[in-house]
Amino acid sequence: MGFKENCFKKSLWVFHLSAGSCNNCDIEILDLLTPRYDVERFGMKLVGSVRHADVLLVTGIVTKKTLPRVLEVYEQAPKPIVVIAVGACPCTGGIFASGYNFAGPLDKVIPVDAYIPGCPPKPEAMLAGVVKLLNKK
Amino acid sequence: MGKKTIVPIGPYHPLLEEPEFFKLYCDGETVVDMEWETGYNHRGIEKICESKTFEQVFYVVERICGICSTSHPFAYANAVESIADVDIPLRAKLIRSIVGELERIHSHLLWVGLAGHFLGYNTLFMWAWKYREPVLDMFEIITGNRNSYAMFTIGGVRRDITAEQATQLIKVLDDVKVKTDLLVGAVMDDPVIHARLKGVGVLTAKDIHDFGAVGPTARASGVKIDVRRDDPYAAYDMLDWKVITAQGGGVFAKAEVRLLEMYESISMIKQCLEFLKKEEPGDIKVKVKDIPPGTGIGHAEAPRGEVFHFVKSDGGNSPIRHKIRAPSYTCIPTFRKSCIGGTISDAAIATAAVDPCYCCTERMTQVYDHRTGKRMMNAVELIKLSQQKTDEIRKKLKVKL
Repeated sequence: MGFKENCFKKSLWVFHLSAGSCNNCDIEILDLLTPRYDVERFGMKLVGSVRHADVLLVTGIVTKKTLPRVLEVYEQAPKPIVVIAVGACPCTGGIFASGYNFAGPLDKVIPVDAYIPGCPPKPEAMLAGVVKLLNKK
Repeated sequence: MGKKTIVPIGPYHPLLEEPEFFKLYCDGETVVDMEWETGYNHRGIEKICESKTFEQVFYVVERICGICSTSHPFAYANAVESIADVDIPLRAKLIRSIVGELERIHSHLLWVGLAGHFLGYNTLFMWAWKYREPVLDMFEIITGNRNSYAMFTIGGVRRDITAEQATQLIKVLDDVKVKTDLLVGAVMDDPVIHARLKGVGVLTAKDIHDFGAVGPTARASGVKIDVRRDDPYAAYDMLDWKVITAQGGGVFAKAEVRLLEMYESISMIKQCLEFLKKEEPGDIKVKVKDIPPGTGIGHAEAPRGEVFHFVKSDGGNSPIRHKIRAPSYTCIPTFRKSCIGGTISDAAIATAAVDPCYCCTERMTQVYDHRTGKRMMNAVELIKLSQQKTDEIRKKLKVKL
């Protein structure tokens, strides 16, 4: 097990960054915290600042205005950090890929560890993505 | 003018999921001025729509906002159908109204939960979101997806509601009604919430007219506007319902309007299902060959207010101009009225009361001058401040948790 995996054996703290999303993925992420899915039982928790986070969840396309902010948030994050692209928008640009304000898929901006496609992905899919990432040797 | 402190909020903070930036100018505890900067979420949707065919635009406008993902297609469908002069089958009208009202229920539940969170009532947050889940399940059964339903098309809807689904839906609605009673009790009968919210963020009827605010924000100030009543579309003119208004114009009145509207939505869906039962299973859409040249205007009542779409066609495959105005766009400027003069700890709930939706609004950028501030404060502290105030009221009223 590498250094990075070793860091993430215990409870994960998550920071959610909405680059330029339509709210769909964001409310599904919030849904994960509420009684039906309740990820807090695994120790996962949304935190208020990226400086406390182990995982950076990015939703929405990176627009030209948010691009410098996304970079800044990534720089502020303690390393190692796991970056997860949630939804079709950060993965490829999705339906907004042809827009003039689209600054490129997320992996062109910051390194991405996992992609969870879907518009929006179901909460189960998000959980499965995190589990797969952690099991990766 | 004395010395002022600037409290910046945002753009990234856990208060609302979306990026936005507020700047509060404070004199001690009191907010004396306010500025905001949006545009983080600008995705160029109107331009993208011009490169899609009329049929494809539905899936783009649906993704303007994940919470209002019926309202935008609804308004767009009204606009395009007015150009093509299409009369859609009754069955399609009923199904459209059912999906629209279901969306209102899930959106208002979501808001009640978030408002509870801002006040330090996390139980209310968990309850509301828990009871929202069956509604989302129902969406999955009817439309195939929890959000972004892809239900609408030109001339009708894409999926029918079967008798089996209808019975399931009625069962879920009955359940939601019981839970709504519980939420209404939790909000209306709580002395702490009364003390905390009454008189906070008050907008008078004149303010509403001055700012052009719409939806529950306007109805909470006693202004009786609702597109479903004023210009009925889909099946709304066949249904028996009333426009909910409240007096007072504060945050409490806005909560009251939203909670009581859920009952109306439940009864409207039930009436639609009754009509569907009487109808023979038949066409759910009419074929529309092409869209003639012309302009069309469509509006629909979203959970947050009136959504307005303007579509211009030159007879080709795609719109040559598509203009969208979302409800939050007219409601957000009311922050200047509702926050200024109040305390910092009230700013969080006064802004949240409008249920602002930045992904709807941001097709336009506003930039304001920046002045330098001395003290910094982030949104986590702001929520904490808001929650502390509730605690103080709780202590004053001697209510135990």
